[in-house]
Amino acid sequence: MSVIEVADLRRSYTQRSGVFHRTKTDVEAVRGVSFSVEAGELFGLLGPNGAGKTTTIKMLITLLLPTSGSARVLGRDVVTEAREVRRRIGYVFGGDRGLYERLSALDNLRYFAELYGVSPREQKPRIAQLLEMVGLDGREKERVEGYSRGMRQRLHIARGLLHDPDVLFLDEPTIGIDPVGARELRTTIGSLLAVGKTVLLTTHYMFEADELCDRIAVIAAGQIIAAGTPRELKAQVPGSRVLEVEVFGVDDETVAVVRRIDGVRSVVVEERGHAQVLLVSVASDAEVTQPVLSCLSGVTVGRVSSREPTLEDAYVELVRSA
Amino acid sequence: MLVLGWWLNLKILARSAFDGVLGVVWPLFFATIAFFMYGQGSSDTTLLSASLGASVMGVWSATSTSASSAIQRQRRQGTLELLVAAPRHFSLVLLPITVAMSTIGLYSMVATLLWGRFLFGIHVTIASLPAFALAVPITVVSVGMLGFLLSVTVVRYRTAWALGNALEYPVWLVCGFLVPLQVLPDWVRPISWLLAPTWGINAIRESALGGNPWPDLALCAGLAGVYAAVGVAFTNTVLHSARSRATLALT
Repeated sequence: MSVIEVADLRRSYTQRSGVFHRTKTDVEAVRGVSFSVEAGELFGLLGPNGAGKTTTIKMLITLLLPTSGSARVLGRDVVTEAREVRRRIGYVFGGDRGLYERLSALDNLRYFAELYGVSPREQKPRIAQLLEMVGLDGREKERVEGYSRGMRQRLHIARGLLHDPDVLFLDEPTIGIDPVGARELRTTIGSLLAVGKTVLLTTHYMFEADELCDRIAVIAAGQIIAAGTPRELKAQVPGSRVLEVEVFGVDDETVAVVRRIDGVRSVVVEERGHAQVLLVSVASDAEVTQPVLSCLSGVTVGRVSSREPTLEDAYVELVRSA
Repeated sequence: MLVLGWWLNLKILARSAFDGVLGVVWPLFFATIAFFMYGQGSSDTTLLSASLGASVMGVWSATSTSASSAIQRQRRQGTLELLVAAPRHFSLVLLPITVAMSTIGLYSMVATLLWGRFLFGIHVTIASLPAFALAVPITVVSVGMLGFLLSVTVVRYRTAWALGNALEYPVWLVCGFLVPLQVLPDWVRPISWLLAPTWGINAIRESALGGNPWPDLALCAGLAGVYAAVGVAFTNTVLHSARSRATLALT
């Protein structure tokens, strides 16, 4: 039996606008999502802003009721057995919110330990163990309002693990954290798998998903458009090579000409300081380096390189074609 | 859970500069109103009665405005969803929050009486100390339970926090904190009878002035129990509706 089973899950919202003439619009945020997560797996849910990732997670953690479809966590229905589900899951989200600023980290953890029914006898050693795990031991008596974003995020992780949940839902946990903090957090997330936790992670950072996730589902406009291991997703990119060309002052017309070259599947322009980088997705059997450089004859060209597609390339390709 | 929740929420409130300033200013304001309304020519018992009414105004003000805004604050800081996602019954989370606010109101009550005593010479003489000592906490708890009912509504409706502010002054009047109920229109009476603070302030006055506070006290405690029961029963319905209509988060 899968730890998380989602079948044709849907959720729509009603948006109201206007003051005197109220109009109602139904927005379908999640449109028939289905997937499953196995025990001990780290499953990633990737998608652009507004794709339905957080709405999906909120249905799974019982904060939102689905409009239709079903979801079970550890065999329990998230609608009819919400309390049983809540006892065995943890939820951590990214950003500054979700903590009591005027309380110390210790008080925050004591409060949530009570909320999650951790017995008074277990609370003290459990909190000490988690503070040590997330590297906040020695700072636990300081008020959270003085904490850095990285420290808050680590406190969030500790809070989510207080009741030793079997399944952890992490909603963009590394958002806004500096690279060193994010790396430490990824190590912490990775270590959760070693102790048998099942993790569902949403993130915008592709390298993070590539590094951590066993399997990934890409969600766009409320639907899953691709699923598989990071390797399988990369293999789904139509062009199996990416040509990177550093240019200075390329215009849209020139980019359009590059797009029309035989064998070129897509072109993305990334701004990098004063320069731009053309990311040209190329069919595996096509040789396009010379034709591309010919098109750029009137433009200053810097470094040119060719590489295998990354998960980010695959993601951009999948979301664009959705 | 209830005790820890109460204590930690009290800590949060006590560390708020905004709530702190209000807590200090309100009692002075209320005691001054009471004195100027009844003036120096009034009898000692009238002044004491007004002063006691003003002191309970502080308890209600601290609870009514804070109880509803507290839930909105939890929504804004992202903790409301975490509280709902916890396996404990949500009423066990809400009750300590509102009772903590009433406790802050208790300080306001003492400060009002002291301000009246030292600035305006209103002597606080208590005829039955045991009854008074019982009437005060029961009234504070009953105000907390009324705040609990208000805060349950705020969980469901994002804009309901304004309700607490809107109810602050009407309850002062309807419960007879400052003005005797007899001077209010007859149609107001049934509303007053349904509000526990009406009986609470009666019990406090009776115990201080030498009357029989026990029937009022029993009604106050009974209504507080009813508020708690209705609030607890209502919580599940409200939460189901909030999960259905997605009102737990700010957006």
